[in-house]
Formats: sequence, structure tokens, C-alpha cells
Amino acid sequence: MRAPDPQSNESRAVYVIRFILGRLVKAVFILLAILVFNFLLIHAAPGDPAAVMAGEAGAADAKFLADLRTRFGLDQPLYVQLWIYIKGAVQLDLGYSFRQQMPVAELIGDRLPATLLLTGVAFVLSLVLGVIAGVAASARQGSWGDTVISTLALLFYATPLFWVALMASVVFSVWLGWLPGFGYSTIGAGYTGMAHVLDVAKHLVLPASTLGLFFMAIYMRMTRASMLEVSRLDFVKTARAKGLKRSVIQRRHILRNALLPVITLAGLQAGQIFGGAILTETVFAWPGIGRLMFEAINQRDYNVILGVFYISAAMVLLFNLITDVVYVIIDPRIRLTS
Amino acid sequence: MLRPFKIAAVAVALALAVPLATALPGPVAAQDGEPQYGGTLNVVIQPEPPSLMIGIIQNGPTQMVAGDIYESLMRYNFDLSPEPQLAESWEISEDGKTYTFKLRPGVVFHDGEPFTSADVKFSIDVFLRETHSRMRTYLEHVESIETPDDLTVVFNLKQPFGPFLGIFETGTAPMIPKHIYEGTDFVNNEANNTPIGTGPFKFDEWKKGSYIHFVKNEDYYMEGKPYVDEIYYHVIPDAASRAVAYETGKVDVLPGGSIENFDVPRIQEMENTCITEKGFEYFGPHSWIWVNMNNKPLGDLKVRQAMMHALDREFAKDALWNGLGKVATGPVSSATKFYDGDTPDIGYDPEKAKALLAESSYDGETIRLLGLPYGETWSRWAEAVKQNLTEIGMNVEIVPSDVAGWNQKVSDRDFDLAFTYLYQYGDPALGVSRTYMGSNAEPGSPWNNVSNYQNPEMDKLWEEAALMADPEDRKAAYKTIQEQVVSDVPNLWLLELGFPTIYRCNIKNPVNTAFGVNDGFRDVWIDQK
Repeated sequence: MRAPDPQSNESRAVYVIRFILGRLVKAVFILLAILVFNFLLIHAAPGDPAAVMAGEAGAADAKFLADLRTRFGLDQPLYVQLWIYIKGAVQLDLGYSFRQQMPVAELIGDRLPATLLLTGVAFVLSLVLGVIAGVAASARQGSWGDTVISTLALLFYATPLFWVALMASVVFSVWLGWLPGFGYSTIGAGYTGMAHVLDVAKHLVLPASTLGLFFMAIYMRMTRASMLEVSRLDFVKTARAKGLKRSVIQRRHILRNALLPVITLAGLQAGQIFGGAILTETVFAWPGIGRLMFEAINQRDYNVILGVFYISAAMVLLFNLITDVVYVIIDPRIRLTS
Repeated sequence: MLRPFKIAAVAVALALAVPLATALPGPVAAQDGEPQYGGTLNVVIQPEPPSLMIGIIQNGPTQMVAGDIYESLMRYNFDLSPEPQLAESWEISEDGKTYTFKLRPGVVFHDGEPFTSADVKFSIDVFLRETHSRMRTYLEHVESIETPDDLTVVFNLKQPFGPFLGIFETGTAPMIPKHIYEGTDFVNNEANNTPIGTGPFKFDEWKKGSYIHFVKNEDYYMEGKPYVDEIYYHVIPDAASRAVAYETGKVDVLPGGSIENFDVPRIQEMENTCITEKGFEYFGPHSWIWVNMNNKPLGDLKVRQAMMHALDREFAKDALWNGLGKVATGPVSSATKFYDGDTPDIGYDPEKAKALLAESSYDGETIRLLGLPYGETWSRWAEAVKQNLTEIGMNVEIVPSDVAGWNQKVSDRDFDLAFTYLYQYGDPALGVSRTYMGSNAEPGSPWNNVSNYQNPEMDKLWEEAALMADPEDRKAAYKTIQEQVVSDVPNLWLLELGFPTIYRCNIKNPVNTAFGVNDGFRDVWIDQK
């Protein structure tokens, strides 16, 4: 680790850029390795898309299967298929979906906005509420408020997501009739402008809160634990001795130092934003990436699976990099090293 | 059973009656009052179909949706008797080798081009011969197809083929516009994304992952039909959410198999909710367990008989299928033509099963049971079967898999026992013989004679029965076959599956043919009172 001169802003900027470039070069190789590994993994699963499609028809002769395999390029040796895929992927060509008869990039592009909306809202919601709840709980350790928050967090953390999803849908949609239980918008209503935004927002409430609850619980528990730990450190005592106000110590001394582990986790979750949320999207019929991938796995739609893996792997790498840079902003003592 | 020329006479009579029937309200409509116009139909579809072009893709969800767009020459009533659709009438020659169809005049495709005999010949002789595996097999019996004029099509068969009149349905013989597809690469044609047929509804939009939207075909050739303005097929991937969608009023029709069986009683109790088991007569979904006779000791007849008598199928029907369906008595569904109800008894008898097993060559080997990965009902059924077989002293291990893995394992014969269910297509020659003919047992397919049942005498009879001109002769042949096959127990027959179609009672006529909702919503109207 080479320490840059903290006094020189210029050398620090150069250092950050060099760090980012170094990491990007590494990322390309990691991505390639992930691609090859995923490719082999998927092809190791029994069955292929032609057999699945024929299976759904309940009857097919050898010619039908052979025609499909030729069309999908599955009659080629595996290494040729791998080569063709890698060659395309390097040029950002994700190939063609055997099943949906559409370019994979177009399929993913169609589904990405819905997923980003869902996972993005869930992310922000869980991070903000989780940190606030964690700070509130740690402020009065052992009080009834702390007990309530901690118990709720434990409950959310321990309850399986699919159960929460189904119950939310039964309670708020079937019993109370307050919120739509599935879908992205009211089909056939033809809303535009503000009405459309409101309609989508209504549909978003159940899936986003279901997905957000689990992460909110994690952020809360982590923030609380981290806050308590930091609050026992010497510099906090010093701050108290100086006679600083309690809220100032909380915000400027404890929270800022306690946030690092939370940011690590948030970085991991942010990487998954692009991978979608399989369970939530499936239960709430949310037309996102997670569902696309889940269905593609069942249907052995190889190019779609690989395409989604590719995008989400790239995003995880990107967010890891961003997380590292954010560390420096939050905590100037941290040095970057590639 | 009628002789062929009588069938022709009845068919012509029926054809003549139809113009009257369209002018007057039909018998079903009469009970329900005057059909009302307008409204939107919301229907569940799952899984999302890969394509709507039924000439190329014939999987379940495509068949369910495509019946609104594409049509064939005929439709079939619940008793499988044909009814005119695009063909107005038909005649069969005395020798059973020439079928002449008269087409309905004035029919146009959704793009305004007229539908003629050239489209029929192109669809069957060129397009489907290239793309449709079942049609390809049927065409082996056809010598030539002639089109003497725009409204006449003549099929000349090489020899009489008993089930021939039963193949002109949308899933097997959809009518495809020649002017769009002739000379193109069928499977890669852009037009596949905007399907054009002659049906009562037109394709409007497909939002992948959300819905498929059809609108009323204003130029439909049947006067006054269709009644509803538009149809939305909603793609909802989770079975529990599909039930919720019905409960919250987002969808009004749940086609057979849309929700888990254990949700059916709850939904059924809802107000204004009707349920019907009809609409699967042509398919006759028949479930059984493949018995891999290549593996010891399953080649032993006594072991197979023991397993057959060990299965409590009444329990499966009542507990897992809510009492829907029927216990199968043999290889042929009772909804299929030439079903024989007098086959040897294969009912539940654990004592007999134990005795048979004791006499057999079974020696505690572990039997691998491959369940069908189609949801909860099937997983539970595999557990029930395991328990039944354990009770008579067998060692059974359930092998989990997903759909692709199941296909692969069954194709490779990598199992001892494997659940399946298959359609029978209304005639033993179309949907049953493939499962039991010794010549059709090559590994590589999960739909042929997977158990590897070999009985050369029956093979000969299967072949002859398909080519007999006289239905009485066919009936006798299939009776002999069914009795022999049942005593050989090549598979463990389970249930004739009952798939309930659930809908709001103010939606009239959702199911009125042997194909149910697959035949489209031509006759559906919504009582908006």
C-alpha cells in the first residue's frame, strides 16, 4: 500500500483514477471467467430447450427435435457453442432467445425498468428506514422502544419472503381490497401521465415493501450493533467530556463511524438490484428480470440465463468498485489499493 | 356406431342445420337469455406461451390462446362428433379413401384476404408437413390433396384411415394464410409475431411477462359473433397468485389446471362462481406411471401386477384431485372412441398385491420413482404412491427433478417408475397406440413406448385397427387390444384427469366443445345485469 500525500488533492485524484482503471481491467477478466463458468454450469444441467418445448407440446418426432436443435445451434459441439457465445458477449451481443424468439438484449431491456423500479425503491426504503430504526434503537439501549424495534426486525429477518408475500397479498388485496395483489399496472385501463404513475405506485407497494422488509431488518440490526460498538470507543468519551450535545455526538461521531459495515452490505445489495428479485417478482407477477431468469432456467433458455448472469455480474463488480470509492468519502483514513 | 356413408349424411344434415342455428339463439343461449354484446374477458394463461403461431408451436399455452385467432375445418362436440367450422360440409366415399370438404364461402383472413381451398392445401400439404410433427405422421396416410375449385378440397388417402375425420381441429390442422407464408422461411418469418387467421378475435398486443391482448374481429363470418369486445390473457407465474387474481376480480376465467387443486374448493365457494370439468374430451388427459421393463425386476409381470393392485387410486382422486376425474381402467380414456369398459379388474387390493409380490422375483431392490414436476399436486401424489408401494413391502426412493430434467431422464430411460400424463386425441390410433407399440420403443423420446412393452401380436393388431374402414371392426380390434394390454400391465394406470375450468357464472358458454377454452371464445357473452 502506497500512501498518497494527503495534502495534495491532485495526486489523490490521479490515484483514484489509476485505482479505478486497474480494477476495471481486472473486472473484464473476472467477467470472462464468470461467463465461461456459467456457460458450462448451465449446459451441465439435464435437458435442453428443444426437449422442453417439445415436452410442453406432449408429442414430437425426431425431426421436430432435430429441427429445433439446428435452429438453436445446439447441434454444434459444446466448445463451438461456447466460442460463439463468448465472441458475441465480448461485442456486447447477448444472442437470441430460443424460446421467446427475440434478441436477449431486447428482452432484458424490456424487463429492466420494472426491476430497477422495484429493487431500487426497496433498496432506498430498506436502507433509509433500516438505518433510522437502528439509530433509534441504539440511542436507548434496553428501553421498550429498542425491544419493539429489535423484535420486529428479528421477525422480518426470520420470516420467509414468499410467506410474507403471500400473506401481504391475501390481507391487503383479498381481504381489505386496498392494494392490487399482482401486476405492474392496471391492464387495459389506458392511464396516462399522473394517473399512470399513481397506478404503478399502487402496484408497487406490496412487492417493494415485501422485498424491502428483509433488508430493512438486516440494516437495522447492523446499524444498531455497530452504533453500540462505536459508542464505547474512547473518542466518543472524549466528545462527551468536551460537553458536545448528545445528538451531535450521535450523528457526527458515532453514526459516521458505524456506517462502514452497513455500506459494505448496501454495496452487495445494490449489485443485486439488476439481478431482480425472483421470489417477489414471481409471487406478484412483476414483469422483471428475476422472473425472466427463473423462467429461462426452467425452460433451459440458455442465452437468456447467460445474458442475465452477465448483466448482474457486471453490476456486482461495478457496485463493489463504487462501494470502495464511497468508503473513502465516508472515512478519509481509508486508502485505496488495487 | 355409424357406417362411414351415414356419418357423411349426418354431417351434411348438420351442416344444413347450422345456418338456421346461427340465425336463432342456440339451445344453450336459450336457457341463459339473449346474448349481450360488449365487455372484456380476463383470462389466466400460464406458462407464458413461446409464440402464438400455432402452426409452428403446439405447446399447451399456445394452443389455449391461439384458438381465438386460428381455426380449422371443423370443431368437435363433447361426444367428439364433428361440427362445421371453416368447412360447411363433407363427404366420405364408400371405400373410405376420399374425403371431400366444401368450404364456407365469404371467409376472410384478418388482413382482408379471402380464405380459399388454396390456403387449406398450403396449410396442410406445405406448412404443417414442414413444422408439425403430429400432422406429419397423419399425412403418411394421404396420397394427394386436390383443389378442384376455390371452395372444394379433396383428400385422397392411400388406404382408409379410421381417425382421419378427427384431425381437423385448430391444434392439429390450423388454417394458415398462404399469401403471407408461401415461399418464406416459416419459422423465422416476422409475421409469426403478428398472427393472422380467420378466427373471431384479432391479435392486438403482447406485453411479454404481463398480458396478451386480442380484439373483436368485426368482419367475422358468423353473423353476430363474437359477442365480447376484447380479451386479455394475463400471465401470472405463481399458482397462489392466480387464485388471488380470481378472488380479487382481476380475472374471470381460470382454465383447467390454472390453480392448485387444494385451492379449488375455496374458490368454488365464492359467489357467482361456476365450475366445469368439460372441455377435455378430445384430449382425454390420461395419467399413468411408466414402468421401465428393461430394469430388473420390473420386467416381471407379477411385480407389475403387485404394484398395480397396491395403488389406492380412489384415495388419490378424492384427496389430491378433489374427487375430479375418474379412476382409469386401462390404456384408453373413457372419453376416447373405442373405449372398452370390460377389461380385467386392476383395482386396489393390498392383500392380493402382497401375495403377488411374494410370488415374484422382487428381492428388496430400491425402486426409483420419478415424480412429475408440475406443482404440489404431483409431488404429493408421488409421496402417496411411494407409501402405497412401501405398504406392500417395496423400497421406493423419490427422485426430484425439474421439467427439463424430467424430459431428459424419461427420454434416456433413466428411471424405474415415472409419472406422466398424455393426451389421447380422441382416437386410440392417434393418442394411445404410440405408447404400446413395440416398434415405437426407441429411447430418445418421452412420448413413445417408454416402458418398452413388447407384444408383436398386439403390434400387428394396432396397425390393422388404424386402417380399418368399418368402425365396428375397429371397435372389436381395440377391445381385444385393451384386454391384452391390461393383463400385461406395461404401465400403472392412474386417473383420467379432471381439469376444472372455473369462471364467473355471468360469463356464458366459455366451454362448449371437446376442446374447451382452446377452441376460443367465439360463443362467449357476458351477462352484464
